[in-house]
Amino acid sequence: MALTQADVLSGLAEIVNEETGIAASDVQLEKHFTNDLDIDSISMMTIVVNAEDKFGVKIPDEEVKNLETVGDAVNFIVSAS
Amino acid sequence: MSTPTLKQYELNKYSKIYSLGACRGELVVTNDEVAGPIDSSDEWIRQRTGIITRRRAGADTSMMDMAVVAANEAIEKAGIDPKEIGAVIFSTITHPYTTPSAATLLADLVGANPAAAYDVSAACAGYCYAIAQADALVRSGMAKFVLVVAAEKLSDIIDPTDRSISFLLGDGAGAAVVGPSDKPGISPTVWGSDGSRWDAVSMTGSLLEFRDGTVSWPTLRQEGQSVFRWAVWEMAKVAKEALDEAGIEATDLSALVTHQANIRIIDEMVKQLAIPDSVAVARDIINTGNTSAASVPLAMHELLRTGEVKSGGYALEIGFGAGLAFAAQVVVLP
Repeated sequence: MALTQADVLSGLAEIVNEETGIAASDVQLEKHFTNDLDIDSISMMTIVVNAEDKFGVKIPDEEVKNLETVGDAVNFIVSAS
Repeated sequence: MSTPTLKQYELNKYSKIYSLGACRGELVVTNDEVAGPIDSSDEWIRQRTGIITRRRAGADTSMMDMAVVAANEAIEKAGIDPKEIGAVIFSTITHPYTTPSAATLLADLVGANPAAAYDVSAACAGYCYAIAQADALVRSGMAKFVLVVAAEKLSDIIDPTDRSISFLLGDGAGAAVVGPSDKPGISPTVWGSDGSRWDAVSMTGSLLEFRDGTVSWPTLRQEGQSVFRWAVWEMAKVAKEALDEAGIEATDLSALVTHQANIRIIDEMVKQLAIPDSVAVARDIINTGNTSAASVPLAMHELLRTGEVKSGGYALEIGFGAGLAFAAQVVVLP
């Protein structure tokens, strides 16, 4: 069964919280990973790898740079699931 | 008339590392000194890399100068006559001559002439590649003792304005003497490469392009994010395989000595491998920076020098980098 946007947002917020300590409630669709959440490229890759494990999807290296906002990541994972 | 039987090498059952040597660039370069051209700060560099200072060699110190110091320390500590060295394996990416090799000159400078001598180009994996070869040469009987040296003057190939790798890099040399042993001292090596990612860590141009004036002096670059994923999650698999090949568990280790690329790679690998607190984890990058192939022997030497680990324990060493190339083995600490 395909994942819903709400499922992915909730799971992704947990991963971001674990990696960075940012409150899960602050991880919202419109938030920019770098500008709003201050997540650097290395933390972003850790989040990506953990998201791959959690949601059973593949996020190629060349796709990671396109995931600028939480919404970008959520939509990519939903469509790839 | 009967045909004579050929002689072949008498095999040695085991090999071990007898000793290590180390030499760091004489200059202590702070983050403040490199932060300006990359519009950064001490705090930013510490947070993203763990580096507080990196060691670099001055203009009058060559890669070979550092190699000789490290090699002589290793030979002296091994308690051998340099004439007993049957082969010299030199890992470097900063030897400034296409030919002859750095190894032949080093062999002569340390009194090991006429040992067989050759260079290895496996970048940050080079020391572990060379240890694998030294192990094979000793156990096959081709050489009684092998001198392994990994030396880099990376400051020759940096661009101060590059934000991908230059500010991480340092200069230094590490050396090891490998010889025969009455018990196992070097495990099977898990090694390999992935040339499909040849440009993930590479130079900004070739020497031919530089000659023709189409590029400026080539310097090192990396795709940091992509290399980080490979270095942690793919290399954690290689490290686990090396433990399996050695027949030991992470809990049996005294030390984990990874290539000192970035403290966050080291910390994430510790997590992925479930390295217990009882294992000393080399974090020489904090004060030395990333010295490519030299980083593993420098970091192991420092753990021994400071007494964090003792001779006789097991250390998992793993090198990985440009190529992409990687190698890992478990060794008994000298």
